[in-house]
Amino acid sequence: MKFAVIVFPGSNCDIDCYKAVEDAIGQKVDYVWHTATDLSDYDCILVPGGFSYGDYLRCGAIARFAPVMNEVVKAAAAGKYVLGICNGFQILTEAGLLPGALLRNNGMKFRCHNTQLEVVNNNTAFTNQYAAGEIINIPIAHGEGNYYCDDATLAELKANNQIVFRYAAGTNPNGSLENIAGVSNKQGNVVGMMPHPERAIDQLLGSEDGKRMFTSILNAWREQHGAAINS
Amino acid sequence: MKATVYVTIKQNVLDPQGSAVQGALHTMGFEEVGKVRVGKYLEFELDTTDRSEAEARLTAMCEKLLANTVIEDYRFELEG
Repeated sequence: MKFAVIVFPGSNCDIDCYKAVEDAIGQKVDYVWHTATDLSDYDCILVPGGFSYGDYLRCGAIARFAPVMNEVVKAAAAGKYVLGICNGFQILTEAGLLPGALLRNNGMKFRCHNTQLEVVNNNTAFTNQYAAGEIINIPIAHGEGNYYCDDATLAELKANNQIVFRYAAGTNPNGSLENIAGVSNKQGNVVGMMPHPERAIDQLLGSEDGKRMFTSILNAWREQHGAAINS
Repeated sequence: MKATVYVTIKQNVLDPQGSAVQGALHTMGFEEVGKVRVGKYLEFELDTTDRSEAEARLTAMCEKLLANTVIEDYRFELEG
């Protein structure tokens, strides 16, 4: 299985994502610059965190028009796995690949600490190695992670089981609607989340609960392709 | 032609910056201040003299890039 980590000017979690793929599942992974116009080699696209284009105008607003984003849209339409983390989540909502938007944290503070996340939907390519309702320990680091969508969209998210992660009850760090921390598209092959699973793949870093997101993706890909264990 | 574009958080969406500014103004003794909305102000020089074309182009710019219509409203003014 082959992963791409998209790198925009201002990305700063690209190395974490790259190392997470190497360390957690030992699969092939490349950095792909934002000017790239071909992603056909890759099975999973990681859109990492950071401050793409300085977060000018709005977080992700300018990155979503980078040349590579046309290819990310194509990959998503083709059913490939796309995971946006933090700024990557903001970029995917700006690109219209995921519903809703991320507002400024309600406390106006940049929140940087571990959070308790509830796995709401474990029936996705990104979460199949977790138990439904399991609480996992994953860090956040953002100033604009306050998830918002209108009532109609929220009803649709619930009806289609698109809420993938919530902050555990009573621990909402940013004011997000219904404690939402991560959502998927209707088809389930695109997920965006504010917390950073790629920063939680080793106990030395405080948690290894993020590792199973990567093993989930590999597991889903193998099931989809009937692939042998070492491919 | 000169254009000014205003982008603000929608009325029914919480504006954390506006709330923080409102709180600070109250603390300073400006009790008369009600709801505060913080937004963006953009100025453009447009190389056109066709007003209706400018309006159509600005609308496209706002819809595509300048505002995120999930959470923001926009309006613009044209001069010259």
